[in-house]
Amino acid sequence: MTDHSETAVLGNEAAPLPKHSASEIAEEELVEGSSLWKDAWSRLKKNKLAVASLVIFLLICVFCVVGPFLVPYNSQEQDLFLGATGPSAEHWFGTDTLGRDLLVRTMEGGRISLMVGLVATVVSLLIGVIYGATAGYLGGKVDATMMRFVDLLYALPFTIFVILLMVAFGRSMWLMFVAIGCVEWLSMARIVRSGVLGLKKQEFVEAAVSLGYSHKRIILRHLIPNVLGPVIVIATLTVPAVMLLEAFLSFLGLGVQPPNASWGVLINEGQQNMEIFPWLLMFPAFFFALTLFCLNFLGDGLRDALDPKSAKD
Amino acid sequence: MAKFITLRFLQGILVLLGIYAVTFFLVAATPGSPFSSERAIQPEILAQIEAFYGYDKPTSERFIVSLGNILHGDFGPSAVYANRSVTDIIAESFPVSLKLGSISLAIALLLGIPAGILAAVKKNTWLDYVPMSTAMAGICLPTFVMGPLLALVFGLIFAVLPVAGWFGPEFVVLPSATLGLYYAAYFARLTRGGMLEMLNQDWVRTARAKGVPERTIVWKHCLKGGLIPAITFLGPALAGIISGSFVVETIFQVPGLGQWFVKGALNRDDFLILGLTVLFASLIVLMNLLVDIAQVALNPRLKYD
Repeated sequence: MTDHSETAVLGNEAAPLPKHSASEIAEEELVEGSSLWKDAWSRLKKNKLAVASLVIFLLICVFCVVGPFLVPYNSQEQDLFLGATGPSAEHWFGTDTLGRDLLVRTMEGGRISLMVGLVATVVSLLIGVIYGATAGYLGGKVDATMMRFVDLLYALPFTIFVILLMVAFGRSMWLMFVAIGCVEWLSMARIVRSGVLGLKKQEFVEAAVSLGYSHKRIILRHLIPNVLGPVIVIATLTVPAVMLLEAFLSFLGLGVQPPNASWGVLINEGQQNMEIFPWLLMFPAFFFALTLFCLNFLGDGLRDALDPKSAKD
Repeated sequence: MAKFITLRFLQGILVLLGIYAVTFFLVAATPGSPFSSERAIQPEILAQIEAFYGYDKPTSERFIVSLGNILHGDFGPSAVYANRSVTDIIAESFPVSLKLGSISLAIALLLGIPAGILAAVKKNTWLDYVPMSTAMAGICLPTFVMGPLLALVFGLIFAVLPVAGWFGPEFVVLPSATLGLYYAAYFARLTRGGMLEMLNQDWVRTARAKGVPERTIVWKHCLKGGLIPAITFLGPALAGIISGSFVVETIFQVPGLGQWFVKGALNRDDFLILGLTVLFASLIVLMNLLVDIAQVALNPRLKYD
């Protein structure tokens, strides 16, 4: 693959510019072949919005992961005499009604929210990729049945089920991660399936079949790596969707339970007191919205970069 | 077409039965009981309460009985609110939710679809960038952030709209705007994508070359196909508006079904949860059926899938 694209690059360069001196061509031969990933990276770098989103997102991650170690307060340390105070030199984001430092609570809330995003996306990735690849690879009636099932699931009121699950099996955080992941795998399965469907007619799969490789090996080693591009795009877009669902549940009091806090919990607490202490709503809502914003733009940018054909314009 | 509709209809009924069964056994598997309370109840009285609600029978028998009741339109009594039946609660609150939901959906469609068409036709101008960046921002501001913010700005800072309650037309504005704007953003993006795909087709170029006016190209040739993604999203949008109503009704103190569902789930009001789940699921299944029919009507190639 690398060799191929290298010759293609040279061919393009040579054709319109016949005046190239021998030394220049020699220099160009030293240029590394560009792989799919390098091409994608260079395309992504041109998209300023996506790069800015990536940088801001990484900063938010650092803020949430490292931040709590640098703040001299504990997220559960109360100061009832202090109560709710506005942003000040001691408490940059102010304090909540129990006198807890909002800065450190926002950071730790972000940790939980980001962790939900990560874990639930991994769960959805596993289910979606395996399901989609199996359907696309087997094809025919199995594929039709499996995809019809996905269509049916698409039509269901899943939020209601997640709520019921949370009520039925206690509000454990890990259960919530898995429950959310189990809901968000449908688009993933569709994308992987259509990718695999197109790939399996290609020669290298035929070669693998004629070499007598097992189905499992062909799916895992030959098909899935080739649909990785669109999968990464969907995964990037699944993270904000998952975080949204978690915040939704936490907002209703069914997700993360106090004294732990995710951004959803903080937004709920802030909303209850917003007339008097608006900063309690502003700070967590700002970070939450900013994170979603960055992830959505990054996902869009990655789609354009990794999958130029499906770009929307 | 008739065969297609019948088939989808039967499928919808099967799906509803499936949802009902899953919900029933999920609720039945939940530890605790709807009748437990902080006060200790004498075991004889508890047994009598349980017998009244049919909880003395095994789960499978209760399932058959309640399924039969629901098929007759009887959702049973509320297990927590004494002397009120789930049907009463639905009859009282459904009109509120219906009003809120339909106004929200109307806002989403009437704002989102024109914005999407405009953005696609005027691609890469400020008429594209401004609505689309706003839409992106809208998608990132979920209902539970948007709602409090709108309440803060219009209810408290400018004090032009009431922030809680449900008494007159002015009380509808903030809740329905909160719900509607979020989905308007989705519809705008989907419509723009669909329209662009149509406008980039080869036959559009041919039409332009033949001198067909741009207006005819957009409205007559591209609109039908360009709207398909938005129409497909109607089903998920309705589901989203229903679950969004859980949040919005809590924020704005709207006495609709969403609040009852959250209360029912928190209080383990089995009959209420079941009744509302069946109601919500039926609405969503019905909407999906209509969407399927509309899709086939707009794109005849889909008919035989």
